Amino acid sequence: MSLMRVEGLTKEFGGVRAIEDLDFSIPAGGAFSIIGPNGAGKTTLLNLLTGIYVPTRGRVLMEGADLTGCAPHEYAARGIARTFQNLQLFFNMSALENVMVGRHLRERCGLAAALLRFPARARAERAARAEAAEWMSYVGLADHVNAKADAMPYGSLKRLEVARALATRPRLLLLDEPAAGLNPTETREIEALIAKLASAGITVVLVEHNMRLVMGVSEHILVLDYGRRLAEGTAHEVRSDPRVIEAYLGRNSAYAG
Amino acid sequence: MLDRLASPRTGGLAALALIVLLLPLALRNNYMYEVAILVGLNAIVCIGLNLLIGYAGQISLGHAGFFGLGAYVPAILAARYGWPSAAAVAASTFGVAVLAYLVGRPILRLRGHYLAMATLGMGIIISIVIATEDRLTGGPDGMQVPPLALAGFVLSGEKSWYWVVGALLVVAVWLAQNLVDSPHGRALRALHTSEVAAEVSGIDSAGHKVRVFVISAVYAALAGSLAAYYAGFITPAKVTFFHSIELVTMVVFGGMASTFGAVVGAAVLTTLPQALTSFKEYEMVAFGAVMMATMIFMPKGLVPTLAARIAARSAPR
Amino acid sequence: MSAQFLQFLLAGLTVGAIYALVALGFSIIYNASHVINFAQGEFVMIGGMATVSLAGAGLPLPAAIASAVLLSAAIGLALQKFAIEPARGAPVVALIIITIGASILLRGVAALVWGKNIHALKAFSGEAPIQIAGATLVPQSLWVIGVALAVVALLGWFFRRTLLGKALLATSHNRLAAQLAGISVRHVLLASFGLSGALGAVAGVLVAPITFTSWDIGVMLGLKGFAAAVLGGIGSGPGAVLGGLALGIAEAMSAGYVSSAYKDAIAFVIILAVLVFLPSGLLGARGAERV
Repeated sequence: MSLMRVEGLTKEFGGVRAIEDLDFSIPAGGAFSIIGPNGAGKTTLLNLLTGIYVPTRGRVLMEGADLTGCAPHEYAARGIARTFQNLQLFFNMSALENVMVGRHLRERCGLAAALLRFPARARAERAARAEAAEWMSYVGLADHVNAKADAMPYGSLKRLEVARALATRPRLLLLDEPAAGLNPTETREIEALIAKLASAGITVVLVEHNMRLVMGVSEHILVLDYGRRLAEGTAHEVRSDPRVIEAYLGRNSAYAG
Repeated sequence: MLDRLASPRTGGLAALALIVLLLPLALRNNYMYEVAILVGLNAIVCIGLNLLIGYAGQISLGHAGFFGLGAYVPAILAARYGWPSAAAVAASTFGVAVLAYLVGRPILRLRGHYLAMATLGMGIIISIVIATEDRLTGGPDGMQVPPLALAGFVLSGEKSWYWVVGALLVVAVWLAQNLVDSPHGRALRALHTSEVAAEVSGIDSAGHKVRVFVISAVYAALAGSLAAYYAGFITPAKVTFFHSIELVTMVVFGGMASTFGAVVGAAVLTTLPQALTSFKEYEMVAFGAVMMATMIFMPKGLVPTLAARIAARSAPR
Repeated sequence: MSAQFLQFLLAGLTVGAIYALVALGFSIIYNASHVINFAQGEFVMIGGMATVSLAGAGLPLPAAIASAVLLSAAIGLALQKFAIEPARGAPVVALIIITIGASILLRGVAALVWGKNIHALKAFSGEAPIQIAGATLVPQSLWVIGVALAVVALLGWFFRRTLLGKALLATSHNRLAAQLAGISVRHVLLASFGLSGALGAVAGVLVAPITFTSWDIGVMLGLKGFAAAVLGGIGSGPGAVLGGLALGIAEAMSAGYVSSAYKDAIAFVIILAVLVFLPSGLLGARGAERV
């Protein structure tokens, strides 16, 4: 049963074809990884899967519904969340407020209620804060609940973005290089977090360069090269695919075979 | 924890209410009341404009247009068609809200200098129409405005107007603070920093931008209506590009993303020219110099810079 | 082509050439520093007013013009050195407010030095109207269009062939890379402000015999020049020229065929319409945000 399906997806920027004629499905449950050399189009693909880019051709379907051409916030409303390779956090707000923004979809707040501060609002704000604090604990940031976003270490910021994404209660969570810039200990923590998410029923899609992490968590891997699908399969299949080895891992790589 | 949340905002609101209550003790003549009322009216516009510029991170160089419409439309309805004050102001405010919505939807898709240009153009078009349609508006010479009458009671005299404007100012601040502390406010602050991240978190950034644009237009229009009724007379001078720039300057000068900053900015930049009239011919030179010096030495604006200095002083060593 | 149409077209080209020069001034400064210099219109005013008073004091016209242009360039340099540079890290809005303050300051000084009267500058080669295919043109218009063309050509040569010009271009494309290549960004910024000051002054001198000059003509001209720069795509030199000409012609056509009272409004309506359909202006960069 596929959660998200991509049909004939193509994205052109002027003369450059960043993604070419991609077809694949993301099954519900578990972790799915997208790997490929730099410039293979991985982040472009993530942008297409979250509505940030509109495909030149092709379709993006979520649980059967065609989302092609919808605005990013409509993708979010359908249960698709993501984190960013170069951290798009709201540094003008506190850590808690960042996560509270993720709850936006679930807040029923009319303009009048906001302006006139209806009594129900105070209760709703308290509930929002409490839930945001819970998400922060869930990702291991319980100590930073009262911190300002611009005062937190890099590893914590990456997890804060995950907390914000989780607050949207997604069915599908796309993580763009979550281990980039992290030391081995922090990377293991991310690995544990991904496993925790997968077991909680959230389908996780990982774009990563860290092969240990990818091979460790993924049930299914898609390999991109020059915007096209190069290979697809289980970790073992991909690892031993000669085309993948040549294009990405290097002919004499330790991963060959 | 709840007290900590409540106190900076209610503390500030209480301080403002206190200032409004006690200021008359320092106002010794009608002229000073007039300046205070002017400060209040400018502050109301700036509070709304600050929501757009400071919180949502957008720009408008045409808000004098909304102010002008808020001034002229009730004036025309009242003076030429005999509409009662409340109906005239209500119709005008509603009309401005609709206009802001219709204009805002296409132009808020623009960014940065292009958005600045579009709002600038909108403001200028409004000011040209007002100055040219002299049969309706009295043209460059302006027109008389009948007094404000609510339920048979006519509002007149500096002191009465002071209390009305003062009360409305406190309400305006309260409404704006409520908006900022709500999910709407968080959405605005989010899309200011990273529109992409806001969108993927489920925020319809285009919708929010239009909404705050309309709200800021309504603030400006209401202030304009009050200004017209108070003065009993309006001219196109308040609808010019220059006035739009003055308003933006007040917001930036006072400190963006700070409702109280907007009030302070309006207060300083409204009273400064009055204080400088003793300089006579040097007034423009002095005003320009002050604007430049403040932005060079306090680029974040007055209130945030002072707040940061105070916080740094009282920080534990 | 009817004579009336040609008349309006020539009038549009004349005023459009002025807008183009002012717009170029905006673009050059914007490219170097990402600041919109709201004092640009004041350079135009200084060009015209200084020439008038120097010529009135007995200086021969060419010397008066040269001095006025140099004065304006110097004021541009001073603006960058004493107002913009000290506020280097400030948010762009703060820098814009500084230039607005400078504009007010300069206008105030102009009112003090030259008074608030309107002044006329003698036309460069007389006032006898020229007839072209039924349309009437004053000789000054030919000066405006001709000099503007020469200036644009000169700028093109400057940016493509001289070291300073290439440094300015490099800085506008990528400031960090330019710095790493040894370009002094401080010098580039000074040069851009000085150059824009000179450009504005040239425009002011050219147009003074036609529209007269006074202490506050810079306001509307600066505004229209900014509009032209945005219309063409802010930061694009060819865009500034195209935007200026387009705005001038649109204005002249609406003044002639529709309503002279609303000519300014129609110009802005056109700008708004263009921006709605081309959010980066006519020739502006169409970029995608990289995340």
